[in-house]
Amino acid sequence: MAGKTLFDKIWQAHEICRNDEGQSLLWVDRHLAHEGSFHAFNKLAERDLAVRHPEQTIGIADHYVPTIGRDLIAVQSKVRNVIEQLVENTRRHGVKLIGLDDPRQGIVHVVGPEQGITQPGLLMVCGDSHTSTHGALGALAFGIGASEVAHVLATQTLWQTKPKRMRIRIDGALAPGVTAKDIALAWISILGADGARGYAIEYAGEVIDALSVEARLTLCNLSIEGGGRCGMIAPDDKTIDYVKGRPFSPEGEALEKAEMYWRTLYSDADAEFDREVILDGRDVAPTVTWGVSPEEALPIDGAVPDPEVAGSEAKARQIRDSLDYMGLKPGQKLTDIQVDRVFIGSCTNARIEDLRSAAEVLRGKRCKVGGIVSPGSTQVKAQAEQEGLDKVFTDAGLEWRESGCSMCVGMNGDLIPSGERCASTTNRNFKGRQGPGARTHLMSPAMVAAAAISGHLTDIRDLQG
Amino acid sequence: MEPLVKVSSPACPLPLENVDTDQLIPARFMKESRAKGYGGFLLHDHRFDAEGKPRDFILNHEQAAGSEILVARRNFGGGSSREAAVYAMVDFGFRCVVAPSFGDIFASNAVNNGLLPAVVSEADAERLLDALAGEPRPVTVDLKSQAITFQGGEVSFDVNPTWKEKLLNGWDDIDLTLARTPDIERFREDYLDQYPWLA
Repeated sequence: MAGKTLFDKIWQAHEICRNDEGQSLLWVDRHLAHEGSFHAFNKLAERDLAVRHPEQTIGIADHYVPTIGRDLIAVQSKVRNVIEQLVENTRRHGVKLIGLDDPRQGIVHVVGPEQGITQPGLLMVCGDSHTSTHGALGALAFGIGASEVAHVLATQTLWQTKPKRMRIRIDGALAPGVTAKDIALAWISILGADGARGYAIEYAGEVIDALSVEARLTLCNLSIEGGGRCGMIAPDDKTIDYVKGRPFSPEGEALEKAEMYWRTLYSDADAEFDREVILDGRDVAPTVTWGVSPEEALPIDGAVPDPEVAGSEAKARQIRDSLDYMGLKPGQKLTDIQVDRVFIGSCTNARIEDLRSAAEVLRGKRCKVGGIVSPGSTQVKAQAEQEGLDKVFTDAGLEWRESGCSMCVGMNGDLIPSGERCASTTNRNFKGRQGPGARTHLMSPAMVAAAAISGHLTDIRDLQG
Repeated sequence: MEPLVKVSSPACPLPLENVDTDQLIPARFMKESRAKGYGGFLLHDHRFDAEGKPRDFILNHEQAAGSEILVARRNFGGGSSREAAVYAMVDFGFRCVVAPSFGDIFASNAVNNGLLPAVVSEADAERLLDALAGEPRPVTVDLKSQAITFQGGEVSFDVNPTWKEKLLNGWDDIDLTLARTPDIERFREDYLDQYPWLA
């Protein structure tokens, strides 16, 4: 019999039963609830249902929170109302809340790993597609909708169809200036925004082994942008060192038992995957998006595609539509694209290593365009300030803000004016994502910093000499 | 939830790829209560310009008002997990969306709100879009036989078997799962014995 994949091992441990059509009922270890959970709590209220295991849900405010300050007085009443509903819903049901005024507050996918809520082997869900982030620590984690959030609250379980397994293997090594963000944009541009649809992704290979835990979080975060149900990386020494000693992590004897289990979580040598994709790290260049889907990404030394030479009429149509929205011309060099502002933040790229890499580029320099830096969590903010990174950003002319989802999704009102172009560390360049008519180019934090200094998309390798 | 067996109505062609949930409902509308209905927000920035004036867009056509079927290209509903995207479709009046592929979370959200995500081949999506020729025209989607019939043709579609049962019967997951509470609690005890650091 073939061995098991990492995914299979965790799935099996959480499978309560299977129905006649083959769907599995899964036990949920941890549920993270942000302000968008109000639809789900309303559903419970309509049916007069209780939260079955309130100790397994943690409320965290991130999507709608202001980044200018922590005070809700100046916040638009409808936005304030959404935040207040999270406070009220968690209080009523006895759910722990990491609210706006909590020093642990931040973006759910940054706070989870940071607080040790995320651990290897757990099944974690959240009403947010970027829940795939947590797989970087060897958890099975995926985003769910509001009806499913209500189901988890009421039953602590979830019905799921088992996805197929895909391994993305990246061997070799990354060249200087190339990051986890570039790996993600590279594979998504090759396979497409739905290339991993229906699959649980496991990342493996020499490049992945060499990545820091924070870089792995960035890579797994973007799994959903390639259509993956989740992204995972088998826990290793780095993972276990990272998880140990955090507030929610096990201690003492419990930790010893946990660690023994965590070390069994890997894909067996003879495990079979439904699909395997192999890339060479040396082929990955600093990558940026030029269009309106993360699949529309290219190496920074490339040029905007020409619909006239696209392989098919469908492809040509899609390119034309994207160029039109983005206000770009076929054949234009990517490094000639001028930007109006920058954003450094989001669950993809606002951890301390991301801020350090952007600050390294900005240190002692002055930006040609303005922008916002919003740390991934209040704790990341404190750490950055301790290291003096805030001063580097403000000296360069950028705004240093509080933590939240901010200009990634714009629910709190941090938006880009229509027609303006933003170099962004976020995960989505969708039409209107950063505001109606806003144009977004995705890239790594160092590349955003480089664009801020030069005023146009820039190859980080040119700055690094 | 109301069972869904067969839908016969004009079908709206939306010949676009990657219609993500941000397009289906822009984030700025997501602070609204569901009570007033989300139909007006569906594909808002496609339907209306910056001044709020209607654009020439399929959902603004007169016959679109009675349409219960939408036909699109690949990767429909990718992106954000926001169920509000499905609320907007359902509140507008849609009961079925036909496309070659769907975002995973969108598809399960759809089923949980009685909206059928019918998966057809790329070629069949094109046949259907050609038959609609840019305007809403009569189409029938039969969930039992998994068939879509239209003027001059018929194509079959795929749907996850559990979802098919749920839609046909109008079943609600929470009730079905709560009926299994004793099994779940038994599982939980064994589980916590095995992984005691999670207790």
